[in-house]
Amino acid sequence: MKTHFITAFITGLVFGLGLLISGMANPDKVLSFLDLAGAWDPSLALVMLGAIAVGIIAFGFIKGRSQSLLGEPLRLPGKTTLDSRLITGSLGFGIGWGLAGFCPGPALVALGAGEAKAAVFVAAMLAGMGLFELIEKRRPASR
Amino acid sequence: MTIDWVAFSPWAALSGGLLIGVAAAMFILFNGRIAGISGIVGGLLQPRRGDTLWRVLFVAGMLLAPLAWLAFTQLPTIQIDAGYPMLIVAGLIVGISTRYGAGCTSGHGVCGISRLSPRSIVATLAFMGTGFLTVYVVRHLLAF
Repeated sequence: MKTHFITAFITGLVFGLGLLISGMANPDKVLSFLDLAGAWDPSLALVMLGAIAVGIIAFGFIKGRSQSLLGEPLRLPGKTTLDSRLITGSLGFGIGWGLAGFCPGPALVALGAGEAKAAVFVAAMLAGMGLFELIEKRRPASR
Repeated sequence: MTIDWVAFSPWAALSGGLLIGVAAAMFILFNGRIAGISGIVGGLLQPRRGDTLWRVLFVAGMLLAPLAWLAFTQLPTIQIDAGYPMLIVAGLIVGISTRYGAGCTSGHGVCGISRLSPRSIVATLAFMGTGFLTVYVVRHLLAF
């Protein structure tokens, strides 16, 4: 088995453990962070801070290289324009996030923890993603 | 604004965040990819040859994280207050809009900001903004 399959699994595992430790996998805590007008729990700002502190070093290190340490091609997003899809999509995502307190990663972790409600959220999320694919297929290719 | 000092968990948040950062770092350094969950999962719905197994393994790792955790200690609290109809609506919105916006909290918020991508910085400001706004409307204007 190629090494990058193993590292994909380990990365998912470490990511999931990070979400569990940080409190991100707990929607109640996420909503307390998003509730500026209530009793605000600023914890999740520190989650972002910690993650970006490490990430910025790694992405700085890889910048300018043509492949990963395992010889895989670097696949960084090429788009640089701020288009309406990016903005409306992101604005919409925040609404969904604020309604239930779940974003995609934490929902998967909560599902792994055996939460039935997380399973329902993940099923709906997959349906939403499938809907996106369907709509994309119907779009004229001349985008 | 009042800060809930009792709920505030700076060390858990920071160490969990560092671990998330390590995962994002591992993925770009070893696999040459952005650890963006919505993109990784979304790619499974339009499977392409040779582009599926790593996604399945990544998701499997995330799903198994609680099990790995349980080997050492009790799972932390996961409290989901939203009811089933709300979870379905929220899930649909998150699914479709993260694909339109080409990323979520991990891809834009962690990886994108780490590589100083203007697109990701704008995306993160946008979803944080509507996230704050939505909770304000739901909790304080509609008073659910």
